[in-house]
Amino acid sequence: MNMRNIWFIMKRELSGYFATPVAYVFIIIFLLLTGFSTFFVGNFFERGEADLYPFFSVHPWIYILLIPAISMRLWSEERKNGSIELLMTLPVSVFEAVLGKFLAAWAFTGLALLLNFPLWITVNYLGSPDNGVIFAGFLGSLLMAGGFLAIGACISATTKNQVIAFVLSLIVSLIFVLSGYGIVLDFFSGWAPTPLIHAISSFSFLTHFDAISKGVIDIRDMLYFASVIMVWLFANAIVVNARKAD
Amino acid sequence: MTLRIEIEDLAKHFGAIKAVDGVSFSVRKGEVLGFLGPNGAGKSTTMKMITGFLAPTRGTVRVCGHDVLTDPISVKACLGYLPEGAPAYADMTPDGFLRFIADIRGLTGADKKRAVASAADRAQITTVMFQPIETLSKGYKRRVGLAQAILHNPPVLILDEPTDGLDPNQKYEVRTLINEMAHDKAIIISTHILEEVHALCTRNVVIANGQVQFDGTPSQLEAMSDYHNAVCVSVANIDGNAFTAFLNGLDFIAKVETLSANRGFRVFPSNGRQITLELAQVIRGNGWEIDSLYAENGRLDEVFRTITMGATGSLRSSI
Repeated sequence: MNMRNIWFIMKRELSGYFATPVAYVFIIIFLLLTGFSTFFVGNFFERGEADLYPFFSVHPWIYILLIPAISMRLWSEERKNGSIELLMTLPVSVFEAVLGKFLAAWAFTGLALLLNFPLWITVNYLGSPDNGVIFAGFLGSLLMAGGFLAIGACISATTKNQVIAFVLSLIVSLIFVLSGYGIVLDFFSGWAPTPLIHAISSFSFLTHFDAISKGVIDIRDMLYFASVIMVWLFANAIVVNARKAD
Repeated sequence: MTLRIEIEDLAKHFGAIKAVDGVSFSVRKGEVLGFLGPNGAGKSTTMKMITGFLAPTRGTVRVCGHDVLTDPISVKACLGYLPEGAPAYADMTPDGFLRFIADIRGLTGADKKRAVASAADRAQITTVMFQPIETLSKGYKRRVGLAQAILHNPPVLILDEPTDGLDPNQKYEVRTLINEMAHDKAIIISTHILEEVHALCTRNVVIANGQVQFDGTPSQLEAMSDYHNAVCVSVANIDGNAFTAFLNGLDFIAKVETLSANRGFRVFPSNGRQITLELAQVIRGNGWEIDSLYAENGRLDEVFRTITMGATGSLRSSI
């Protein structure tokens, strides 16, 4: 694997985000959504606690909506305008291209996430939060975003149509989140064997993210997100190989 | 190593459709191979397999000695490819796009600068280097694609319809560029513009229904025409019937055709050989005065039609 190639592809992809207003629109909407839900849904002030839990707890839902908007163009746009033929006949391997594109999208999401820093300043101004927990929250959120992005990137490679890529990614992301949600688990708990329920819930982004965002950096949660990312990226490479010329 | 591209029994089947079915040919350094055929004959599919974009159903492709199946990265490193329609990243400028290509091609520092400047110069896109590619005209887009293909001075060039959509001046410039590069490269050009056969190519492969129907030089291709070496002659103040009767009596003439509005006659040689000199001599010998007399090279469009529509078997001529 040639790291230089990954870097160049990532750089090109990232500059592509900023070549159009899409990046700015996305960042503004992301900040509005996180800000709004932290104060009005998460009741940041009313809780009277110096932490960012209300901020982080809404991230899975915001990501479900917004991450597919970032990932939908990664491959479907290349396939639609034929530039995939150019990219795949340059001396780069499929996996280098997959990784470069994914890292670009991830770096972009990371940037959007970092731009929430005024919230961190606010909470430090108002009280004395445990900044370790907040750091863990950012880390967990970034990892979860990576998971959503890897899903979206793979789905984006299956179609030339960005709208289809968006909708499918949203649905698959929803499944990955909801599988840890009480209502869904209750639906199974009456009849399904306990190990199956555990399996379903352990597949959820929510279960793993919740632990990290509360400040518990468990290696198993990190490994979970890392493996979700790797599995979907491998699938991504396979899909690109199979569908690139269609 | 003079053989730069070696293709053996290459095939690509899409389900029951045999897009390419057993194509073999090779290209050596210094050759410009014109890849001809009707739309849907398998030209682009073959090129996609040579460049490693499509995996063949069977057969082998070697570029500069590297097998495209076992060592695709080496193959891709030694060729420049202009895909059909010259796709590029629309939101980039040619400058950013070429620098990205240079990065991927492993060029750095001064080499990178020089390569980008020289490719832009040769493809004549220096005036549009900082406009987004999506705002460029079709001709400029095509030349940005061409600049991308020649950027790293590759030993092998694969160009899929490089002059499609260009105006006559741009076509001329692109052909000049290709001719300039031809001496130290192996080049494959697909086209259905027959005038390019002579303007560009040292060799032609005609493909139809996924199979090679002809492999030879442009002259050999022309020689397959009925009109090859036919002579058009017009003579001052002459009775057409008498002249036709006279010509038909000559043993080296197979057939005489009267051209429209009595503007002259087309004379077909009996065994395909050159008859201009002999014909001129016998006409003058009879005291007639020749207004004009010229030999035809052969009609490529007619040959093209015969080869690609009529042929069921291979008409391959020896090289």
